[in-house]
Amino acid sequence: MTDKLSIEIDGRVCEASPGEMIIAVADREGIAIPRFCYHKKLSIAANCRMCLVEAEQGGRPFPKPVPACATPVAAGMKVLTRSPKALEAQRGTMEFLLINHPLDCPICDQGGECELQDVAMGYGGDVSRYSEGKRVVKDEDLGPLVATDMTRCIHCTRCVRFGAEIAGVRELGATGRGEDMRIGTFVAHTLTHELSGNIIDLCPVGALTSKPFRFKARSWELTQAEGIAPHDAVGSNLHLHLRGNQVMRVHPKDNEAVNETWISDRDRFSYEGLASPDRLTEPMIKEDGAWRPIGWQDALIRVAERLKTASADQIGTLIAPTATLEEMYLAQKLTRGLGATAVDSRLRQQDFRGDAADPPLPWLGVPIAELETRDAVLLIGSDIRQEQPLLAHRLRKAALGGAGIVLVNPLPLELTFPAQQLVTSAAGMLGELAAIAKALRKRGSGSVKDLIAQANPTDRHTSAAERLKAAGTERSGLILLGALAAAHPDYTLLKALAYVIAEATGSTVGYLPLAANSAGAYLAGALPHVLPGARPGEAIGADARAMLVTARKAYVLWGVEPSYDFANPSLAATALGSADLVVAATAFRAPSLEAVADLMLPIAAFAETSGTFVNAEGTWQRFQGAVAPPGEARPGWKVLRVLGNLCDLPGFEYADSGEIHQELATLCAEVRPDNAPRGDLKVEPSLAEAGLMRVGTLPIYRTDPLVRRAAALQRTPGADVFAVGLNPALAADVGLADGELAVIRQGKAEARAAVVLDAALPPDVALIPSGVTGSEALGEQIGPVAVAKA
Amino acid sequence: MVEDQNSVCFRTLHLKEPWALASYRSVGGYAQWEKILKEKTDPAKIIDELKLSALRGRGGAGFPTGLKWSFMPRSAPGQKYIVCNSDEGEPGTCKDRDILRYNPHQLIEGMAIAGYCIGATVGYNYIRGEFYEPIDRFEAALKEAYEAGLIGKDIQGSGVDFDLYTHCGAGAYICGEETALLESIEGKKGQPRFKPPFPAQFGLYGRPTTINNTESLASVPVILEKGGQWFLEQGRPNNGGPKLFSVTGHVERPDNFEVPLGTPFKDLLAMAGGVKGGKRLKAVIPGGSSVPVVPGDLMLQTDMDYDSIAKAGSMLGSGAVIVIAEGTCMVKVLANLAHFYAHESCGQCTPCREGTGWLARVLHRILNGQGRPQDIDLLDGVAGRIGGRTICALGDAAAMPVQSFLQHYRHEFEYMVEHGGRSLAEAA
Ligand SMILES: Cc1cc2nc3c(=O)[nH]c(=O)nc-3n(C[C@H](O)[C@H](O)[C@H](O)COP(=O)(O)O)c2cc1C
Ligand code: SF4
Ligand code: FES
Repeated sequence: MTDKLSIEIDGRVCEASPGEMIIAVADREGIAIPRFCYHKKLSIAANCRMCLVEAEQGGRPFPKPVPACATPVAAGMKVLTRSPKALEAQRGTMEFLLINHPLDCPICDQGGECELQDVAMGYGGDVSRYSEGKRVVKDEDLGPLVATDMTRCIHCTRCVRFGAEIAGVRELGATGRGEDMRIGTFVAHTLTHELSGNIIDLCPVGALTSKPFRFKARSWELTQAEGIAPHDAVGSNLHLHLRGNQVMRVHPKDNEAVNETWISDRDRFSYEGLASPDRLTEPMIKEDGAWRPIGWQDALIRVAERLKTASADQIGTLIAPTATLEEMYLAQKLTRGLGATAVDSRLRQQDFRGDAADPPLPWLGVPIAELETRDAVLLIGSDIRQEQPLLAHRLRKAALGGAGIVLVNPLPLELTFPAQQLVTSAAGMLGELAAIAKALRKRGSGSVKDLIAQANPTDRHTSAAERLKAAGTERSGLILLGALAAAHPDYTLLKALAYVIAEATGSTVGYLPLAANSAGAYLAGALPHVLPGARPGEAIGADARAMLVTARKAYVLWGVEPSYDFANPSLAATALGSADLVVAATAFRAPSLEAVADLMLPIAAFAETSGTFVNAEGTWQRFQGAVAPPGEARPGWKVLRVLGNLCDLPGFEYADSGEIHQELATLCAEVRPDNAPRGDLKVEPSLAEAGLMRVGTLPIYRTDPLVRRAAALQRTPGADVFAVGLNPALAADVGLADGELAVIRQGKAEARAAVVLDAALPPDVALIPSGVTGSEALGEQIGPVAVAKA
Repeated sequence: MVEDQNSVCFRTLHLKEPWALASYRSVGGYAQWEKILKEKTDPAKIIDELKLSALRGRGGAGFPTGLKWSFMPRSAPGQKYIVCNSDEGEPGTCKDRDILRYNPHQLIEGMAIAGYCIGATVGYNYIRGEFYEPIDRFEAALKEAYEAGLIGKDIQGSGVDFDLYTHCGAGAYICGEETALLESIEGKKGQPRFKPPFPAQFGLYGRPTTINNTESLASVPVILEKGGQWFLEQGRPNNGGPKLFSVTGHVERPDNFEVPLGTPFKDLLAMAGGVKGGKRLKAVIPGGSSVPVVPGDLMLQTDMDYDSIAKAGSMLGSGAVIVIAEGTCMVKVLANLAHFYAHESCGQCTPCREGTGWLARVLHRILNGQGRPQDIDLLDGVAGRIGGRTICALGDAAAMPVQSFLQHYRHEFEYMVEHGGRSLAEAA
């Protein structure tokens, strides 16, 4: 690396790297230079002119004030940020910024946390010299998430650059010249990018603000707490802004290693679900088909008694992958304490044949921040932007840096980066991977061997193979298995092929854990084949599917909504409906729960309980409860602790969740994330090559009970749309036209939805989302389906 | 009278159909290009000749052309571009238009030579969109040149490639600023880029690019034919060659004149038939609307070259000489100019976006009889807060007229403020 150099800012000697801008050095030194357009994550625009400073080089002063954000340092440079000349330049800019600004701070949501307001305090005049008419700009409707007051815009173009550079979709742009320059969509449209809410934080003024938060509170009424996002496996760090006992809004907390400065819209706006009218606020019991409240004491005694009397092999515990580590740990401890072995949190998985060979602690394979430095990534079965928005952003960075990204998926994706998409039927995904393996001259063993033998690699496979191989020599090739792979009926074989390709190319295999704590389930032992501390279980208990295929007499559901959270909701409804006892610990009431449950226990949701999430890279992120749960609802760990006591089980005497955390942390002290399979993944393909297959994506705002109740997110376009996507040729075969109503049949399960023709879909795929309204009665997320005219 | 007129860019002007290839050939056109193709002249030698000629950029800034070409990483691998700036938006300027109309081949030859020197195999000529006839003429010339095998691939078996394209502007003055022009060619909103990096490192599509004015490029073939020394001697030291002056405003015969740099202003004025109606000369804006105004008396003692005009407190700019006769209201002139800059600011820099509109509004208010005494200092102060604080020179261009008008004609502004909008100049 080039040597450091030294410059002087306001008389202070500062070390700097060649090429660094003055403002970056000043920021590091804590020397405040006012700015609006500069943002450390965006390209330099140097257009606001707020950061003008005086500078000299080699004893020669620059003739004009220079923008600190765009002036690279040079050895011996002297910078004055508060000299009379610098201040006059900064005040000049401030005056210009304010002349056309409405100064409507009292009715502006940004008031109190406005960069313009703050800087104006330091550099603005008391009285305006401007007495002409002010500019008024018409607002635009950007959809349910971002409110606009474009008259307040100061044209810093941060939002525009965000779209172009970070999101990869130019949702906003500048039109018009001079005073008529406008920031807008040009052709009116709603913001749909999964990261678009970040422009609210980027906007230094009140031009772009949060629509759900609009007029709900003033910033100075809010207190700040920290949190961890409860949806995807990134575990974005959050600032929760509270008023009284309410989460009023959510902002990102910088963490370069995890979420940088961003959060997804899902993480930002899902807090709205906390205030849903569906909240369960007291324990309830169903008697003669009617629900009535019941005190905690009563409720827990009844649950304990019935669990104690149930035969252990008849108990099944199903835990949402968004449960905290502490909840997972205690739930499995309770289950296993009762002698049962059926506990699982992989509710959306169908194929568990690989469990015996499952790696001890599957993870991303590389730290999150290193995704962007990969040279080649093969993504198997992942709708990555919907599943893990910020990991998609990291992959975008890799792709823009020249990495080769190849996707094998049963549907085409709208990506924000260049990539090669191998789109095929669900069954065909095996063939695509086998073809890549064959292009690498790999034979494989078991049924993988047959698959590879039958494969016919084309140029596309050869080039994918070569990219991975080239990257492999630098140890920077990565093969990721996503949520659509995990939901695949031949997940085991997809994994097996991934390992074959990885071995042949020197690449790393990585997993995209489905949810906020899917990785934590391995540590907590919330799995039938894994004990706490990621230790392999001696006997493998019934998995999430087996528990439903062979119905139990008693189920404990933890944070689960049966109609939306299972790979096969129809199977779940049948099995749960036939049980003698279903105990549901839940933050929300839901029809599909009330239909099958006997007792509902109200537990704390996101931000209401302390706990820990383990993210995709295996980082433990502990958080505190920021607000109290509503009504009688209690943190889940407390409920489980009391249940443990009432079941007379040892080891449930925790005073606080920290003790649970500590106990588990001790068990996990030696555990390191590890993706090496522990055995062979030898199984036969279960999917027939021919026949129509349902491919059930899980739309971004339908992933868990909280986000499904976040009102604004649900109003975004396409948030909750049930439809059948068909290739036009196939639709013509069955006589269905675009927009026509179709009957969807999966075995006995049936639903109706409108047809959407999409020529980019493989001919044997019916794209039918899961988790959405209308899909409740359907069967397997990925599995055979029949579609006919209604 | 000035003797040696029309010796460089207008050297075909006396011919019938001066724009035709045959006409250009008849004055020795394309001979330099063919010679270079044959002899594979060392680009460094050509650049040295340009440096010797003291050809200064004719687009406004007057930057030495030879020096500019020498900044190009000629032998670096990858695509490089030569771009001609025929946007000609500066009020008062209409010289490039006439090069395109009457001598387009000389520009093509100049661009081809430039491309050769800087290692660019592709050129763009960005022509102001309103120039219907000049665009047609240039396109026709381009076709002739391609058909005659003067440009294209492997030109005359030399192994040298040069393709040239026309790009039409869409009516924005700012697209004449060289980096906004590049953005515009790329299909983006015409906004200047922050420099550095300069176009020679990061230009069109991110590749090394040289941008020159039409007149600068069209001068090159003649410099090579007659030698850098000859060109230098046409003008003055550090101010080589003749230059095109567009003389407009209150003159009897507004026109373009190609005369040696250093020609006394009064001679140029005489060529244009003197001040209209025999009036007294009040003031001159000697280099396009963006430069400071110079009082008439001073101007009559000044010569038309970069250094002399600078000494008179202004700039030669694009060579557009706007003549203002006695009896003209300077407040109105300035209000008109201010309106132009407010309309043409690209809008990205705060001082320019907000300040140009402010200036225009205050000036219009004064014209409407609603001026206040403090407005005059306000105008000066606002202009001072724009100038030198923006990404491109449009901010300076908007500020300098204001400051210079107030410097020389402050009393006219004061009078109008005090007299409810009545003009001192027009009353006299
Ligand atoms: C606002 C603005 C407008 C300009 N318009 C033109 C123009 O119309 N034509 C031109 O040749 N140069 C124009 N320029 C100057 C160019 O940026 C650039 O300096 C010139 O094209 C370089 O060519 P030269 O070195 O041959 O003069 C303009 C500059 C500014 C700041
Ligand atoms: S000075 Fe004006 S025209 Fe030039 S870049 Fe800035 S805003 Fe645009
Ligand atoms: S922060 Fe430097 S110009 Fe905007």
